Amino acid sequence: MIDALPLAVTLPLLGACAVTVSPAHARGLGLLAAVLTAASGVGVTAAVWSDGVLRVDLGGWGAPLGIALEADGLSAAFLVMANVVALAVSVYAGGYFKSESARHFWPLWLLLWSALNGLFLATDLFNLYVTLELLGLSAAALGALTGTREAVAANLRYLLVGLLGSMSYLLGVALVYAAYGVLDIGLVAEAIEPGPIAWTAMTLMIGGLILKAALFPMHFWLPPAHANAPAPVSAALSALVVKAAFYLALRLWLDVFAPVLNEAAANLLGILGAAAVVWGSWRALRADRLKLLAAYSTVAQMGYLFIAFPLLAATPPGLARDNLLAAVVLLALTHGFAKASFFLAAGMVQKTAGHDRIDELGGAAQALPAATFAIGLAGVALIGLPPSGTFLAKWMMLEQAMILGLWWWLFVMMVGTLLAAAYVFRVLSRAFNREPTPYRFVNDARTELPALLLGLIATFGLGIAAQPLWALLEQGAFG
Amino acid sequence: MSFDAWLPAAIVLSSMIPGMLIFLLREESYRLRTVLNMTGALAKLGLVIWMIGGVYDGQRYETRWTLVPGLDLVLSADALSVLFVALSTLLWLVTTIYAIGYLEHSPNRSRFFGFFSICVSATVGIALSGNLLTFVIFYEILTLATYPLVAHRGTPDAAHGAKVYLAYTMGGGALLLVGAIWLQALVGPVEFTQGGILGVSPEEIRGELILIFFVLLAGLGVKAALVPLHGWLPQAMVAPAPVSALLHAVAVVKAGAFGIVRVVYDVYGVEFAYANGLLLALGILASVTIIYGSLMALTQDSLKKRLAYSTVSQVSYIALGASIFGPIATIGGMVHLVHQGLMKITLFFCAGNYAETLGVHKVSEMDGVGRRMPWTSLAFTVGALGMIGVPPVAGFVSKWYLGLGAADAGSNWVLAVLVVSSLLNAAYFLPILHRAWFRPAPKQWPQEHRHTGRLEIAGALLWPPVITAVLALSAGLFAAAPFTPLEWATLIAEREYGR
Repeated sequence: MIDALPLAVTLPLLGACAVTVSPAHARGLGLLAAVLTAASGVGVTAAVWSDGVLRVDLGGWGAPLGIALEADGLSAAFLVMANVVALAVSVYAGGYFKSESARHFWPLWLLLWSALNGLFLATDLFNLYVTLELLGLSAAALGALTGTREAVAANLRYLLVGLLGSMSYLLGVALVYAAYGVLDIGLVAEAIEPGPIAWTAMTLMIGGLILKAALFPMHFWLPPAHANAPAPVSAALSALVVKAAFYLALRLWLDVFAPVLNEAAANLLGILGAAAVVWGSWRALRADRLKLLAAYSTVAQMGYLFIAFPLLAATPPGLARDNLLAAVVLLALTHGFAKASFFLAAGMVQKTAGHDRIDELGGAAQALPAATFAIGLAGVALIGLPPSGTFLAKWMMLEQAMILGLWWWLFVMMVGTLLAAAYVFRVLSRAFNREPTPYRFVNDARTELPALLLGLIATFGLGIAAQPLWALLEQGAFG
Repeated sequence: MSFDAWLPAAIVLSSMIPGMLIFLLREESYRLRTVLNMTGALAKLGLVIWMIGGVYDGQRYETRWTLVPGLDLVLSADALSVLFVALSTLLWLVTTIYAIGYLEHSPNRSRFFGFFSICVSATVGIALSGNLLTFVIFYEILTLATYPLVAHRGTPDAAHGAKVYLAYTMGGGALLLVGAIWLQALVGPVEFTQGGILGVSPEEIRGELILIFFVLLAGLGVKAALVPLHGWLPQAMVAPAPVSALLHAVAVVKAGAFGIVRVVYDVYGVEFAYANGLLLALGILASVTIIYGSLMALTQDSLKKRLAYSTVSQVSYIALGASIFGPIATIGGMVHLVHQGLMKITLFFCAGNYAETLGVHKVSEMDGVGRRMPWTSLAFTVGALGMIGVPPVAGFVSKWYLGLGAADAGSNWVLAVLVVSSLLNAAYFLPILHRAWFRPAPKQWPQEHRHTGRLEIAGALLWPPVITAVLALSAGLFAAAPFTPLEWATLIAEREYGR
């Protein structure tokens, strides 16, 4: 079982090589690699769940010299979400792309997947930089796959912003290395002490990551990039790639910079998060296209995640803080499933209707009941209504905020919730129009079922059976 | 786990599962859809009858499921929840039959019946909620499940009505959520407990608790259509008749009223609420709503809108009963939960029949409908007389107990409210009855569909109102018999007041 750890990173890499060598069989090979990778990702999580934290020193070289991979509860939680979503995206892409674009899609997509798994499992700051860079490059290339002018321009900007972000992160890493001479997360955490160097390094690294996580006001690059990418790519970018940057910020915050944190930094992140919630939701409400709406909704949803930082900082270690952390992870995971589902379904709507202008979408719903239901289920999770995982997560976060007396977060989140309800139902209201069409629930199983299943996981799965997440996070993630 | 621990969950799922399956059906699988609908409805009825017997004997049914640490989904049965569960289960069965008849030839039936079933599951979930979290969960699911039903027709009117409905209920839901989270942050998990849980709360949070009460009341008041939060209800009239019937008699407004009852009795506790002036505030709000709703009903020519404003008024009797300190008024409020349901659903079924058969939508078009459709009109008459409070129909029993309770508690102004509102009820219902029975029919009906069978209209549309009218009549006639709504409401009041 231990071997699943490197496999989660190398399998997609091998797959990427295979599809490059044999583009004629890109889809078959790609799907095979996807299934194997997802199995190894789920395997790692299962192993962490039952046996505790896993660590592998590649080639037998330990820190500080060699490359090590480690999976604790936090990384396993993100890993399993990412791999299930990525598998669904792969199946969907198998039905979505024509052979020509499939040839370009599969190598980049598997490369991205490998970087993603590497990011969740890497244990040293420099390796993390490498995965971050790979992730950014492959994501921008995938985003430009449609080849339209808007897509290329948006993704060129995405590429540059991504480079800027990882550059900033790298500078921070260099500072840390110069000051403490180590890069392994555990060793850095032991060595670090409050002072200008640590603060500068933290600012640079977290600053780079929030640029990549599209935290307001550094979100400007996200909506055009995500809205113009092909649907499966949009799903992966919105659900996984920005989430990876958030994961890394959270990881650094919890494990590396814990001794040097101060409340001001946490509050700043929280305030930016609040602004993102309000602004992102508002822009989503005003968006005229379905995919643009979904992209702005991502900006808002990332905001909710950053509101966690001031709450975490204000809560003393103990049961309440553990529950809060788990709630934040639950929020991130649910959003991952929901947003992927939303984008995949939106892709079907776009394909069927020939466009995705919201005001002209009437009729598409009756032709695509499964996709409409997927949008509905994902929408429930985006709003944060029961029975979704986000409802529980928001309830826990807000209850903790009220216990701490920080009532204004409640206010911000309720405003965000109502705005989200408005933009989701703006879409769903198009599902009711007079023309009856023959009703078949599923028309194209290959693309509709992945979207529907992800939506079901986000609402019913994580909203009713989220308990195992706590058992998983017991493994090394709770203080 | 034992059967007892699963019974509440089984009651919720007995309509949830058929609902989900119905979504998957093709439009033309009429037979399978009907089988699923009826199986769910009958299975639920069987389970509920089982539960009634158990709860009567003091048996405790509870399903508890830990969602995440610290948050439990609790479905449990006490006398109050059984009252509401029994009402919704019975009326769902009847409404399903009616809806099958009503929508037989219209499009998108799979979507309609799927959400229809989920709507009832949510209502039953609300009834069985054992804590505030569970209540909030099902309360929101109810919003989600009813929206597609209101929007069902897909006309611009329907889209507008649904939008207004959604804006109101989402706003209300957000307030309820704020109140619930705030309360839970103050006092920990809020389990519904007979006698309330806040009686022993420390003095220094009292002010906050009172504030939270009003936040919760505002959240619940939207669905219960308390003035000035009632604006959605007349707009939602664009929905098909069975939906209006369900919304008004069973699901939405009742969920709000039931929530108010729960918060007063089982969260705050009636003593706490009385001592802090919360009951008086609720009573005034309910009274204003009762009078305002009746006045507005007077001015409506559209039959469905008149019935809608009548609902605004009538549902507040439940809140009024809860707001008077004393077991007798409590009985009046609780029993009205059922009585109003039986009478109002009858009226809406009849309104649907008039519209369907004769194209009659307005009060002014109803001249002579009595002779043309005698059975429907007879049922309508029973419902209308009951709403006015004429004995022996069920509405009389509710008003009698409310009045007795008010006199007992020394709240004479409530008596005045009851008298005025009954006069207004008479003023907006009697003219309809006069038109129906005593005026000559016009030469031509607005849009007549002649039914070819032996009856005045298809059986699936005729039997439901006749059955509910008979039930409304017998609930009044045999009020003192065992297992009537009145007897059950008395049981609840005895348990709430700890006698």
